[in-house]
Amino acid sequence: MRGGARKGSKKSPKLIMKTRSVICFTALPSLSPSRLCSYKRDRKEWADLEPVPQDDGPNPVVKIAYSDKFTDVYDYFRALLKNDEKSDRAFTLTAEAIELNAANYTVWHYRRVLLQALEKDLREEMRYITAIIEDQPKNYQVWHHRRMVVEWLNDPSEELEFIAEILSQDAKNYHAWQHRQWVLKEYKLWDSELEYVEQLLEEDVRNNSAWNQRHYVISHTTGYSDPSILNREVQYSLKQIKKAPHNESVWNYLKGILQDRGLSSHPGLLEQILELKETHCSPYLLGFLVDIYEDSLENTSGDQVEVLSKALELCELLAQERDTIRREYWSYVGRSLQTKYCSGDPSTTSSAPETDRGSASVSVHQETTCNS
Amino acid sequence: MESVSSPLRCFGECHTAEKYTDDGVETVTSVEQRKVERSIQEVVSVYKQIHSLPQPTLLRDQHYQYLKKGLRHLSDAYECLDASRPWLCYWILHSLELLEEPVPTAIASDVCKFLAQCQSPTGGFAGGPCQAAHLAPTYAAVNALCIIGTQEAYNIIDREKLLSFLFSVKQPDGSFVMHIGGEVDVRSTYCAASVASLTNIMTPTLFQDTPTWIVSCQNWEGGLGGVPGLEAHGGYTFCGMAALVILGKEHMLDLKSLLRWVASRQMRYEGGFQGRCNKLVDGCYSFWQAGLLPLLHRALFKGGDSTLSLQKWMFEQQALQEYILLCCQNPAGGLLDKPGKSRDFYHTCYCLSGLSVAQHFGNMDLHHELIVGREENRLAPSHPVYNICPEKVAQAIQHFHQLPVPHEGEAPNRLS
Repeated sequence: MRGGARKGSKKSPKLIMKTRSVICFTALPSLSPSRLCSYKRDRKEWADLEPVPQDDGPNPVVKIAYSDKFTDVYDYFRALLKNDEKSDRAFTLTAEAIELNAANYTVWHYRRVLLQALEKDLREEMRYITAIIEDQPKNYQVWHHRRMVVEWLNDPSEELEFIAEILSQDAKNYHAWQHRQWVLKEYKLWDSELEYVEQLLEEDVRNNSAWNQRHYVISHTTGYSDPSILNREVQYSLKQIKKAPHNESVWNYLKGILQDRGLSSHPGLLEQILELKETHCSPYLLGFLVDIYEDSLENTSGDQVEVLSKALELCELLAQERDTIRREYWSYVGRSLQTKYCSGDPSTTSSAPETDRGSASVSVHQETTCNS
Repeated sequence: MESVSSPLRCFGECHTAEKYTDDGVETVTSVEQRKVERSIQEVVSVYKQIHSLPQPTLLRDQHYQYLKKGLRHLSDAYECLDASRPWLCYWILHSLELLEEPVPTAIASDVCKFLAQCQSPTGGFAGGPCQAAHLAPTYAAVNALCIIGTQEAYNIIDREKLLSFLFSVKQPDGSFVMHIGGEVDVRSTYCAASVASLTNIMTPTLFQDTPTWIVSCQNWEGGLGGVPGLEAHGGYTFCGMAALVILGKEHMLDLKSLLRWVASRQMRYEGGFQGRCNKLVDGCYSFWQAGLLPLLHRALFKGGDSTLSLQKWMFEQQALQEYILLCCQNPAGGLLDKPGKSRDFYHTCYCLSGLSVAQHFGNMDLHHELIVGREENRLAPSHPVYNICPEKVAQAIQHFHQLPVPHEGEAPNRLS
């Protein structure tokens, strides 16, 4: 769970160097080092406010050796919070507090309260949050803040371009994708998204976030029910598979879009995969075959001895040779298939009715042991 | 109990063949993956040269010193975690309990008093004194207090206010925001379910519609995203699954596709887990991802599955232990993401938690151990749902179930 357990805001201490305050160094060059940092405690503009030191209790634990600057800013932040002060100096201080620790959600919340109470210029706030995100794109609070400002302005016009810019630096930034999905859905800005996804996949066909976005866009626009759409996606996937057969994302996508309708029901797919097996084999292809065979066992009546046998053979091949890191898993799949579809008992080919989404139980219909 | 003192998987002749196949098509993903594999290969190769007999060793003493110090003092590098101090308490205390290092009574009491300072007057715990309550530090604080397990610790928690805090962050669609005016994602449901179940404050309506919302986070990949529509991710998947287990609704998920997804997240070369498909290995996923397998095992077993192993989880336990022991330890103490990264308490906690999962198979009455390296590498078992030691879970539940569930005086829903 990056971003906290999944974390609360967890960040490598090394990354903190970026957020170290640079506001100290705005002083005039002629000032002596002790005056380079403009401590609130030394300024008359803050003289009326009594700073509130942090009360960790008598014998502190996990005590952070805060810099003087940090202590100063936060002592005053606590004072403002205590008095519920809604002023411009409070607003300015929140920026300093954020610079010192952009994960302090209490400060961000207070800043939002001030933005509204002081009727601050939200366009300017957009510029501010844009800069902060550029600097710290893997932080929860900054993205949530941006979302709030966009909502207040009811203006998503900069979003897709901004997010694309962030994604150009890290094409898998989870927060960026989350924000993007929210913008698309909230403001119905679907028109160019599939094109954008294709561009990203062109750049990196292994970008799983882009494959997920492809699914997201299609699900929220045309859907996959239309056979021509489904077929287009199947063909697109097969094309990508041929280019890079060991790309797991595309195999997962292909399965993902077909599984609800049943892998074995898509005409000609099995044949196409068997053909690919000769020249473009991979553990993913073999796993996909297992899935097709399993679906066939599930949804086809009558004798399936051959199919079961092929499925078990593949599970064995995967477990022992081609995907040994998943040996325990493939062995389990083989045992499950064997137990569920054991030849010699036709009544076992029907599965228990499902009332919830998905079925956890693998019902054991017979007690006889089966030949493999 | 099995102690693997002989062949390491990463020393095997077939190991090199497990390297990434880029099909001659180089992309950012494949380039990054190969870089990591090269660094792992380097680590393994160095290890081979130094050690004639492969006996990976958990650097217990070094980790202990690192943790002991951190529990008291942290450098200013930790300013970025100033809003996560209960987390620091939990990560360190849990690491110590896995190492079976006792926490001195005095310091345990100091932790209690500190966490009391982090408790919000309106309920729940904050990232530090005078901060706003937030579900993540609430989860961490309650876990830390349960690890301490004294009456003093249990008494810190204001259960009535905690319940009202949970109601205050509950959303009409079944989800929870992380804090007032904060973001929604599936972590919040786990944090809420964890603290509510441990402290016995679950009311009939508290988690209404929550299971349905969590299930809507399961996507086409089989894993769960942070919110519906997002890419499947190990951290969020763990949170969603564990929350559903607490709520008794894990069968609402498509467990088979979840199992396929998580099993596929173990890296064939590195042995550790990635957080998402086509991303890099990271030691912390040793827990978030591998930790799903005990949950799935239990769920499938409950569903009547008779084909489950009686000895092993459905992931390569040895390979994961090798990754953690060879690639994720800082010689000066502390654990980390992957070679080249800095140590931190988060990774220390979750690498050790993952190591524990990989060492201990448990199913009701069964307990089967697989310890890679020396027997001294053995860690304490951890509860797969709460990620604190099972005895502490039992003790906390026993304590809080003696107390009545607070009255369901719901706070009005505050959306922002």
